[in-house]
Amino acid sequence: MAKMMSLDELQALREKVRASVDLREKGDKAEQLIVVRVAMATCGIAAGAREIMNYFSEEVRTRGLDQVLVTQGGCMGYCYAEPTVEITKPGEAPIVYGEVTKERAQVILEKYILGGELVDGIIPVSHQTLDE
Amino acid sequence: MSKYTMHILVCGGTGCLSSRSAEIVTQLNKTLEDVGMQDQVQVLKTGCFGFCEKGPIVKVLPDNTFYVQVQPEDVEDIVNEHIIKGRKVPRLLYENPKSKEHVSDSKHMDFYKKQMRVALRNCGFINPESIEEYIARDGYEALAKVLTLSQEEVISEVKKSGLRGRGGGGFPTGLKWEFAYKNTSNQKYVVCNADEGDPGAFMDRSILEGDPHSIVEAMAICGYAIGANKGLVYIRAEYPLAVKRLECAIESARDLGLLGDNILGTRFSFDIEIRFGAGAFVCGEETALIHSMEGKRGEPTTKPPFPATSGYWDKPTNVNNVETFANIPVIFLKGADWFSQIGTEKSKGTKVFALAGKINNVGLIEVPMGTTLRSVIYDIGGGIKDGKKFKAVQTGGPSGGCLTEKDLDTPIDFDNLLAKGSMMGSGGMIVMDEDDCMPAVAKFYLEFTAEESCGKCTPCRVGTKRLLEILEKIVSGRGEEEDLETLKNLSEVIKDTALCGLGQTAPNPVLSTLKVFEDEYIAHVRDRKCPSGQCSALLQYRITEKCVGCTACSRVCPVNAISGSVKKQHTIDVSKCIKCGACMSKCRFNAIVRE
Amino acid sequence: MACEGCKNPAADALYEELETFINNLPEKKGALISVLHKAQSLFGYLPKEVQIFVGEKLGVPASKVYGVVSFYSFFTMVPKGKYPISVCLGTACYVRGADKILEAFKKELGIEVGQTTPDGKFSLDALRCVGACGLAPVALIGDKVYGRISSEEEVKNILKEYE
Repeated sequence: MAKMMSLDELQALREKVRASVDLREKGDKAEQLIVVRVAMATCGIAAGAREIMNYFSEEVRTRGLDQVLVTQGGCMGYCYAEPTVEITKPGEAPIVYGEVTKERAQVILEKYILGGELVDGIIPVSHQTLDE
Repeated sequence: MSKYTMHILVCGGTGCLSSRSAEIVTQLNKTLEDVGMQDQVQVLKTGCFGFCEKGPIVKVLPDNTFYVQVQPEDVEDIVNEHIIKGRKVPRLLYENPKSKEHVSDSKHMDFYKKQMRVALRNCGFINPESIEEYIARDGYEALAKVLTLSQEEVISEVKKSGLRGRGGGGFPTGLKWEFAYKNTSNQKYVVCNADEGDPGAFMDRSILEGDPHSIVEAMAICGYAIGANKGLVYIRAEYPLAVKRLECAIESARDLGLLGDNILGTRFSFDIEIRFGAGAFVCGEETALIHSMEGKRGEPTTKPPFPATSGYWDKPTNVNNVETFANIPVIFLKGADWFSQIGTEKSKGTKVFALAGKINNVGLIEVPMGTTLRSVIYDIGGGIKDGKKFKAVQTGGPSGGCLTEKDLDTPIDFDNLLAKGSMMGSGGMIVMDEDDCMPAVAKFYLEFTAEESCGKCTPCRVGTKRLLEILEKIVSGRGEEEDLETLKNLSEVIKDTALCGLGQTAPNPVLSTLKVFEDEYIAHVRDRKCPSGQCSALLQYRITEKCVGCTACSRVCPVNAISGSVKKQHTIDVSKCIKCGACMSKCRFNAIVRE
Repeated sequence: MACEGCKNPAADALYEELETFINNLPEKKGALISVLHKAQSLFGYLPKEVQIFVGEKLGVPASKVYGVVSFYSFFTMVPKGKYPISVCLGTACYVRGADKILEAFKKELGIEVGQTTPDGKFSLDALRCVGACGLAPVALIGDKVYGRISSEEEVKNILKEYE
């Protein structure tokens, strides 16, 4: 990537990045793109997050689920409930599931990600963000 | 898509579970079935809402109604009134303690959101290995903004924010920057202290793993402010993942020209290197840290000279901790005024705590300064594990002290904690319950500091060793009453005479537990008893009359200390007993007691 | 050059790699700790010969190298076992009974902290906080994390995995 030489360029890049996120959401597969973010900090990994990440990636690949994007994140702070997974559906507030075992990951994939039905184990947001 | 039109979320956090939330779920499902709505309304168990004081919590979607202190008997009303007729149940709504008004919509009730994420704003929400995701959340905009200001303006903004060092000392960050700025030199350094040594604190690691760019950006801002073109991150080698993510962040920032020469087309150049620690707690002290970065033994030196005058390779150096840096970009994005309205009079902003120990929701939390301990433990932490009784919270790690029941309503900030004989430290918060023996806890910390003492000054090298020996004597039942006086005196001497912060604060766990739990110490030395039943040397096993003489215990005893004939009460020969507890766990009649 | 009397070609290759690393350093001043990190990652530990070698290449007295090696707990002068075991003794693990877990490992393996079993299979260490406090008490064997270890029985079962 080219080096940025000014604030304008930084802002242009920011808009572009934001737009590409929007594009992903409003593009062809508008109603479908779902982001699955697995908390992959040391503590999460110690609790088995890597297996969960592998499980989702593997399922997405073998089933050809183009509408699902599996990615990683840092610690969300819910150490007592690791591994945790945040799922964001377009136009909906993100939902965090805790204590995700492989069995639970399967239920989350089938019922929530593909079926659109909430399942047990949601961790409610209990903090204010910078914009509130 | 979902066949359900409504959802009822029931908190399944441990706090709420103990107040019958499981019954509420069963009751809801049953009642919904009775009225034939089980296919339209889904009942879900959730994790903790973080409002445990008012639990069990029940939330109804899509209208976001938030019910508090719900009992299984209330289920019928929720279903009949709310679900069927669409009328909320007023008596179960939260009543605002000030206005006495009912608050029903959780969207308008941030009061239960006790946490506020500033330093952790991106942690968990972005891919730490993607600079684009950081930029999409206004990343590097603070740096760009800073580059249009003068150095003095940047420093004055940080001063105005009231930010104080989050590594333990609580020194005002803006002042520190100003010292380094005012020392003229052809070369200055910015150092990020990521040698997180407090056993039980892991916020720095989490920030580096979850949001490494915030540190890169903040270091560049600091470099610009003090006139340094070189940054160093001193990080524990035991944090491989944090190192990897930080390296990745530095690399991608260089690719985009956000590190390197002439950043964003200005005359400001800045780059960052990583230096590895090698496991020495004392290296969290800034002079020791600097020696370690120079490839030497990490021994501290007396201040002055402060690093701001003579630091890394004798050049002016500004050392800040990871969490301190993580706050910097926000101060410039939202403004110093915004930042300084959070927190208490002398402690601004938020503080991240690693909440661990005997607590239900072990986690990394961030709360505004001034939040009470009660709120942290009972609302966010979900209360004490297994319904036990709260005993103390240890803050400040090996340099800190204990807070107890009577301190629960004290607002947490730098000065209040100091006044209570503890300290903020880096933010480890270990919760202890009735089963924890305080002299043993003090011994645990002294083992740590005695091992980590660098050996340079005598009060710390020898003094901590002697303290540890006395504590060992006490917990093994050989303590004398005069030992307590010796402990106190020796602690005071070490406090006054040790060279650096490690030594000066090493006796704190002893002094603080002695002050608050003196009776426990006395029980150990006078009555030879451990009230919490932890010190095995002070325990005795006894077989009570509940014994039916099944002989199971005598067969399991590894030293043949138990005798007695079949179907008769057995006895333990205390002189032979090694207190392994095998008999107690074997007994099916609860006939063996430990006292 | 390698240590005198050293006929092990594999070790020679390691010394060579270490020397290349040292020669490629942008600056030798202050690089001692990074070189020792590299050396330990190559050799697995820092025996006397390696310390002398590092000292010679960096122009630092061997006494000073030893002073640094013995100061930092991350550096070790004895080889680790094939399966290095580290029991976390951070405060969170301690209040949840980590000291008892450490005792159980000592008892099962018949070694003290800092030692390696005679067959070279296991070594035992105590470390301060891996940050997995939610799983306390925690032990690591190699990179694998074992959390919520509740009893001596569990320690036995964990060790069985490595038989």
